[in-house]
Amino acid sequence: MRVQQPVEMILLRQVASYLTIPIWMMDDAGNLVYYNEPAERLLGIQFDDVGPVHADQLGEMFRLTKTDGKPMDPFDFPVLVALEKRVPNSGEVRYCGMDGIWRDVAVTALPVEGQGNRFLGVFATFWEIGD
Amino acid sequence: MRAKLWGTRGSIAVSGADTVRYGGDTSAVEVNCAGGRLLILDGGSGIRAMEVAPDTKRIDIFLSHLHMDHVQGLPFFPPLLDPDIEVHVWGPVSTTRSLRQRIARYLSPPLFPVRVRDLSNVTFHDVLPGAFEVGSIHIKAELVSHPGATLGYRLTEGSSTLAYIPDHEPMMGQMNLPASSEWVSGFPLAEGADVLIHDAQYDDDEYGSRIGWGHSSMSHLTEFTKVTQPGRVVTFHHDPGHTDAFLDAFHDRLNGRLNGSASLIPGVAGLEIEV
Repeated sequence: MRVQQPVEMILLRQVASYLTIPIWMMDDAGNLVYYNEPAERLLGIQFDDVGPVHADQLGEMFRLTKTDGKPMDPFDFPVLVALEKRVPNSGEVRYCGMDGIWRDVAVTALPVEGQGNRFLGVFATFWEIGD
Repeated sequence: MRAKLWGTRGSIAVSGADTVRYGGDTSAVEVNCAGGRLLILDGGSGIRAMEVAPDTKRIDIFLSHLHMDHVQGLPFFPPLLDPDIEVHVWGPVSTTRSLRQRIARYLSPPLFPVRVRDLSNVTFHDVLPGAFEVGSIHIKAELVSHPGATLGYRLTEGSSTLAYIPDHEPMMGQMNLPASSEWVSGFPLAEGADVLIHDAQYDDDEYGSRIGWGHSSMSHLTEFTKVTQPGRVVTFHHDPGHTDAFLDAFHDRLNGRLNGSASLIPGVAGLEIEV
């Protein structure tokens, strides 16, 4: 895991900490480095309890399907599309949080590029969608 | 490594009897290294009076960013107009224009009569976050929290380390820094440095109306110093409205807040520091 975050990610985290919409942040290697308090409700666990999560462990923590319950290729998940292809992406998914509750959410993910066109990670918001 | 403060004022140069001691010139620090190599941190108005040895062949100027109080003195610094001296100007990379193009916005009519293209002895270097060498000096540059791309520098020569973060608001709207150093802007520059030159622009009660302006309150500086643990911390970028008397009282209180976590050196113009 990265020893020091670049200032662009530091500033984004600070912004996220003030927002009331759920925000999820990954670094350039796909490690989950932060989510804010509104996201904690949707993910079913406080960030301080889970801490930074290595990319390899994310699939075990949050099971994903399409919103109709059919299997989903993880690489169609908007956050991973933004990470792998470095383009904005959005879509709807169903996932099971750490509290065992399945939720349908709309996800919008943006690749984060900093000064000098450095790719730094992904900044994403999750929006719960009703029936 | 030996540093001399030629300009310690922030935002705009000031003059008058009540700012004589701390000085009125804006950011400029001379750093003399082994073998007579001269490095300069920022090109504020303080650079104008900087004395350069007659046999100087090369000067490296490291700009933290391009706000006017950090570049205004450049065209008044005689070596920039001396074809016998090789001058290298280093500054933060931009996604849109080169450093030379951005400096040219100032060094061109109608703002200034001399153009960048007239400075035939000057080479500009766009600096990405990372590390590089200039002679025997190891230089680490990192972007720090301040409006617009702004670099802090960490200079290491042998076992001596000088950190320079003149404009820095480590946390916006909050006085406490994140618990994990991973998320502290500027941490890798200042950590364990022998000398840290750092923004000390605002008192805490001033900061409330200046959130997001990119500068530290006394609490920010105190917390940042405690987290990064430099040997000595030098206050810098004094607010243009702060008189010598105000700054004396400011430093008395700051010294109490630091409580021995680092030796406090008030950033007084003309001060020389052996790193």
